[in-house]
Amino acid sequence: MDNNMLTVNNLHVNAGKAEILRGVDLVIGADETHVLMGPNGTGKSTLGYAIMGSPQYEITEGSIIFDGADITKEPANARAARGIFLSFQNPPDVPGVTLSAFIRSALENISGQRVKLWDYKKKLKETMQLLDMDESYAERDLNVGFSGGEKKKAEILQLLMLEPKFAILDETDSGLDVDAVRIVSSGISEYRKRCRGSLLVITHSTGILSSLRVDRTHVMIDGVIAKSGDASLVDEINANGYSQETDV
Amino acid sequence: MEDKTFVEDIDRSLYDFRNEDADAYRLKDGLTEEIVLQISEEKNDPEWMRQLRLRSLKLYNEIAFPEWGPSIEGLDIDHIATYVRKNTKLADNWDEVPEEIKDTFEKLGIPQAERKSLAGVGAQYDSELVYHNVKDDVAKQGVVYSDIESALHGEYADLIKDRFMKLIPPNDHKFAALHGAVWSGGSFVYVPKGVKVDIPLQSYFRLNAKGAGQFEHTLIIVEEGADLHFIEGCSAPKYNVANLHAGCVELYVGKGARLRYSTIENWSRNMYNLNSKRAVVEEGGRIEWVSGSFGSHISYLYPMSILKGDDSSMEFTGISFANTDQNLDTGAKVVHMGRNTSSYINTKSISKGGGVCTFRSAVRIDRSAEGSKSSVSCESLMLDSISRSDTIPAMDIRTNKTDVGHEAQIGRISDETVFYLMSRGLSEEDAKALIVSGFADNVSKELPLEYAIEMNNLIRLEMKGSIG
Repeated sequence: MDNNMLTVNNLHVNAGKAEILRGVDLVIGADETHVLMGPNGTGKSTLGYAIMGSPQYEITEGSIIFDGADITKEPANARAARGIFLSFQNPPDVPGVTLSAFIRSALENISGQRVKLWDYKKKLKETMQLLDMDESYAERDLNVGFSGGEKKKAEILQLLMLEPKFAILDETDSGLDVDAVRIVSSGISEYRKRCRGSLLVITHSTGILSSLRVDRTHVMIDGVIAKSGDASLVDEINANGYSQETDV
Repeated sequence: MEDKTFVEDIDRSLYDFRNEDADAYRLKDGLTEEIVLQISEEKNDPEWMRQLRLRSLKLYNEIAFPEWGPSIEGLDIDHIATYVRKNTKLADNWDEVPEEIKDTFEKLGIPQAERKSLAGVGAQYDSELVYHNVKDDVAKQGVVYSDIESALHGEYADLIKDRFMKLIPPNDHKFAALHGAVWSGGSFVYVPKGVKVDIPLQSYFRLNAKGAGQFEHTLIIVEEGADLHFIEGCSAPKYNVANLHAGCVELYVGKGARLRYSTIENWSRNMYNLNSKRAVVEEGGRIEWVSGSFGSHISYLYPMSILKGDDSSMEFTGISFANTDQNLDTGAKVVHMGRNTSSYINTKSISKGGGVCTFRSAVRIDRSAEGSKSSVSCESLMLDSISRSDTIPAMDIRTNKTDVGHEAQIGRISDETVFYLMSRGLSEEDAKALIVSGFADNVSKELPLEYAIEMNNLIRLEMKGSIG
């Protein structure tokens, strides 16, 4: 067996009647960080949603293999249990459910075991400190009234608490100020250090990548991976834009 | 999606066990003067009560059925037994309650609840109270918590005569008249001036008999400066014929007093729940209603608060959950009479599997109620496209020196939120149940812990099989 964490084969995905992904191939190895770039509306987030198992998107062709298992038809919670995590670009509000209670419930669902409250609270508190999150957020309703930055921090908090094998970060840096980008970025490198998990980072900018060692960079255009390269491709795109890649 | 979301039947076995009622004393079905007199005799009514029953029966025959709400065609009063009693006496010691009834309440967790966190407990089985007990230290403060029948012959007989069916007179509506004619069981609570009962009193109503009615009367008097939390719970097993609940709750809240009245109602799906509740509040007093409606086939339930004294206030927090074959017509009414009175009505309704929730609010602010404030907020959640939710607010404002607000929101569970929760490991069913529990959270926060847990269990039960 190969050493791949995630293999996406010729993935075609529809949203309603429109085809968004038109044959995506992507291989991410264990302990690797990949960056996915590309103009708006080319299907980057759709790929993230499809890998996580959103019922909004229909896979019409191709397959997704995770950690040796074909998960193409599995529901999102089964994928989460296998160790896939998606940090949402705009996580929805969930009134009446506290951040703390929610993460605990998620942990119990993923591990299938009771989580000891004392140990859990301790770890949550430490992790929140790491992300410079005010302790009071633990008892606030999930994402309700959170600022853009707090929502993203709450997503990274969940990443660090749930310790998945593979995480997709969907524009986790968008709309954040410099300080917040730095904190979120250090949270992500903490995840890499702690779990040695693989990453697929969907982004437009380099700020979030500063503390990460990037293994591969991919450019998505019109629903396919138009170009792949090493870390230097990120700088190249930042210098020249995407127009060059469209001609590939 | 609709097919899958539609839930035909769910496991309600926790509430759905039933006992054989072979040894019960049961008056024959229907409603005649003979039956009413028989009940009166059985209960050893004082003469005024006998007259009230007969007058109510006459009114019942004169008043038309309500035509503005859900259909009650399936309810044929000629086939409802108005009085059913086990061959047992009222006990104040749990051990004396007959095995079978004890077993019923033990399955429902009543004695445990008493041991844990209640000042007193009453348990009614069909038409009669079978158990009543109040903690010694509470009784020593002069708090009375007893069945109404014995109270009618006790120290507070005159007070009861003065207040019984005065807030809800028999001519109020058809089922108030019915109640007046055949009422049986229920509780009398008296909290003397200045006494603060710091742990709740609880009453639990269980209707076991098939095709029967339960018509309990609850009369609570909280005197000046006193404080009480009263909780009622209701359940019944399911039969294939209609059962009827037409209780009356009359609450008198004295000057500067506070009464909190909490209900978790989980009648079975063959129940017609036509219940009347009303409170009058004196100067500076406060009534707080917490109401959870989960059961019954048809409900008509609109607790009313009369803010008579200046600076009196009310708060109503309610939740209804209508599933398949349920039509829950609920809401709240308030009449502002005193100056600077305030009312706050906050309700949530959830409908699923073709269930119908209707929320009615009626706010009246009299000319005398200058400086009063009223705020009504209603949120509905529909879990599929075959369910229904309506909001019918009414406002009658007779002075312009007031501040009145109303808001209503109707929503659906968002697919994005379900996916978000599933991406964190929750199954679709758990994700939806969590969203619904969260929606209901501000109501469960108002409930004592055991009831909040029961409510969350009920939500979980109702959400079973809700994969869409």
